[in-house]
Amino acid sequence: MAGQTLYDKLWDSHLVLQRDDGSALIYIDRHLLHEVTSPQAFEGLALAGRTPWRLDANLATVDHNVPTENQAAGVGAIADPTSRLQVQTLDDNCDALGITQFKMADPRAGIVHVIGPEQGATLPGMTVVCGDSHTATHGAFGALAHGIGTSEVEHVLATQCLVAKKMKNMRITVTGPLGFGITAKDVILAIIGQIGTAGGTGCAIEFAGEGIQSLSMEGRMTVCNMAIEAGARVGLVAVDEKTIAYVEGRPYAPKGADWDRAVAYWSTLVSDADAVFDHEVAIDGTLIEPQVSWGTNPEMVTGINGQVPDPASIDDPITRGAIERALKYMGLRGGQPISAIRLDRVFIGSCTNSRIEDLREAAKIVNGKRVSDSILQAMVVPGSGLVKSQAEAEGLDQIFLEAGFEWRDPGCSMCLAMNADKLGAGEHCASTSNRNFEGRQGAGGRTHLVSPAMAAAAAIAGHFIDVREWM
Amino acid sequence: MQQFIAETGVVMPLDRSNVDTDQIIPKQYLKSIKRTGFGVNLFDDWRYLDPGEPGMDHSSRRLNTEFIMNDPKYQTASILLARENFGCGSSREHAPWAIMEHGFRAVIAVSFADIFYNNSFKNGLLPLVLTGAEVDRLFAMTTGDAALELTVDLATQTVSGPDGFEARFEIDPFRKTCLLEGLDEIGLSLKDADAIRAYEAKRRHETPWMFQNIG
Ligand code: SF4
Repeated sequence: MAGQTLYDKLWDSHLVLQRDDGSALIYIDRHLLHEVTSPQAFEGLALAGRTPWRLDANLATVDHNVPTENQAAGVGAIADPTSRLQVQTLDDNCDALGITQFKMADPRAGIVHVIGPEQGATLPGMTVVCGDSHTATHGAFGALAHGIGTSEVEHVLATQCLVAKKMKNMRITVTGPLGFGITAKDVILAIIGQIGTAGGTGCAIEFAGEGIQSLSMEGRMTVCNMAIEAGARVGLVAVDEKTIAYVEGRPYAPKGADWDRAVAYWSTLVSDADAVFDHEVAIDGTLIEPQVSWGTNPEMVTGINGQVPDPASIDDPITRGAIERALKYMGLRGGQPISAIRLDRVFIGSCTNSRIEDLREAAKIVNGKRVSDSILQAMVVPGSGLVKSQAEAEGLDQIFLEAGFEWRDPGCSMCLAMNADKLGAGEHCASTSNRNFEGRQGAGGRTHLVSPAMAAAAAIAGHFIDVREWM
Repeated sequence: MQQFIAETGVVMPLDRSNVDTDQIIPKQYLKSIKRTGFGVNLFDDWRYLDPGEPGMDHSSRRLNTEFIMNDPKYQTASILLARENFGCGSSREHAPWAIMEHGFRAVIAVSFADIFYNNSFKNGLLPLVLTGAEVDRLFAMTTGDAALELTVDLATQTVSGPDGFEARFEIDPFRKTCLLEGLDEIGLSLKDADAIRAYEAKRRHETPWMFQNIG
């Protein structure tokens, strides 16, 4: 019998029962909640007269709607009444049921995918779900993690399980070493550029190879975060000593004898050498350049030294039409060099790139320079209150502030613009977030996805530049 | 959950791939804590010329007459036709809620994003996959003066229409039964409560740290 993939092992160890019709019930170890996708689930639960199966598996935070200024004032100070009601509703639901929640003024609060790993609430070998597609992030720990819809949030609350069907196994091997100055964000954007936004549909993608192993845990989270942008609900990286070192000492990580047992178990969370994958993709990591997206979905991406594609040179009418529509929306011309794209705003943040390492990378580029006069706004939004205080302890906030960046309180912010942080129509933004869909960062806004270092350099230059020249 | 047995109705062709959930229902409407009220904001950015905010009177907004949804021919459409990777992007279940509330009961596409596909079934919306060739043919059939009408039959897993159009689609048996009977999935899972408890007891013993109280 062939060996098992990491995904096979995680699936098998969470299988409660397999039904004859092909569906299965799988057990959920950790359920993360936020204010946007949970209210209807709590309502449904109450209407059906049900109660949560296991309270201590749940951890809630507020992130999508919260303002990124003056959070210490708490929920009452949210100016937008609909946002305020939604945040308040999560507070009320968690209080009523007894679910642990980091409220707005709590220093541990922040973006749900930043705080799970930060607290050790995400552990290797767990199943982790959340009503949010970027739950794939947690797969960086060798956990089976994926986004779910609101009905499933209710299902997990009520049963601690999900009805699921096993996905296919896909492995993307990034050979290395990565080139000088290349970050995790460049790696994942290059992968999506190659396999497309539906390339991983129906699959759990394991990211492997030297190009992945050489990344820090923060970097691996960035890669797994965007598995969903490649169509896969699940991204995974095998457990190694970096994983274990990251988890050690976190508030909810196991301690004492449990720690030793856990480490022994976690060390088995790798794909067997003879495991067979349904799909294998190889990417030459040595060739990856700093990436910039030019279009309206994440596969519309190219290297910094590339050009916006010319639709006239595309034969397939559907692809040509999609590129034409994207260029029209983005206000770009076919053949235009990427470095000629001028920016209006810069956003460093989101669950993809708002961890301490991301902020360090950006600060290194910014240090001693000034944001270009042509930039309306450049903002840094840390992923959590703890990331924020860590960055302040290292003096990163001062570097950003002296350069003319805004230094904000944690949250999703301009990643999806549900709070006051948004793009105006027609504005171009260098953004470290994960989605460049039409209107994502504000109606009519134009998003270019880049790494923190590339966003920082773009803020200084006023247009995209190859950040490696400044390293 | 709403049952789905069969649907005969007008097809609205949306000739794009990668229609993402941010387009299906833009984020400002996600601030609602209800399950209803999203239909009028389905495809909001494409459908209206002026920007929309929750709570406004949407009936007085300017319509984008170039967007197909505003074509009088499609006002009663109940089947949506699209191309690859429909529903990609965020996990928001507000997307199927908006599509259903507007009056669609089925979406035909070449492929769907996983989470959207899954969410649809929980709400009685049938997402069904046809081949690229079949979808091409359906798009071609929508170019006439009259709107195209199709019948989607879940029991026989077929789509049929004029000019002898007949196509079969696959669907997994569990989802099919849930839709046909309008079953409450949570209730079904709770029938296996003993199995869940047995699994939990075993895992608590093997991996106690996973059950640490995080209160
Ligand atoms: S930062 Fe953006 S992508 Fe991440 S959870 Fe928040 S809104 Fe979603």
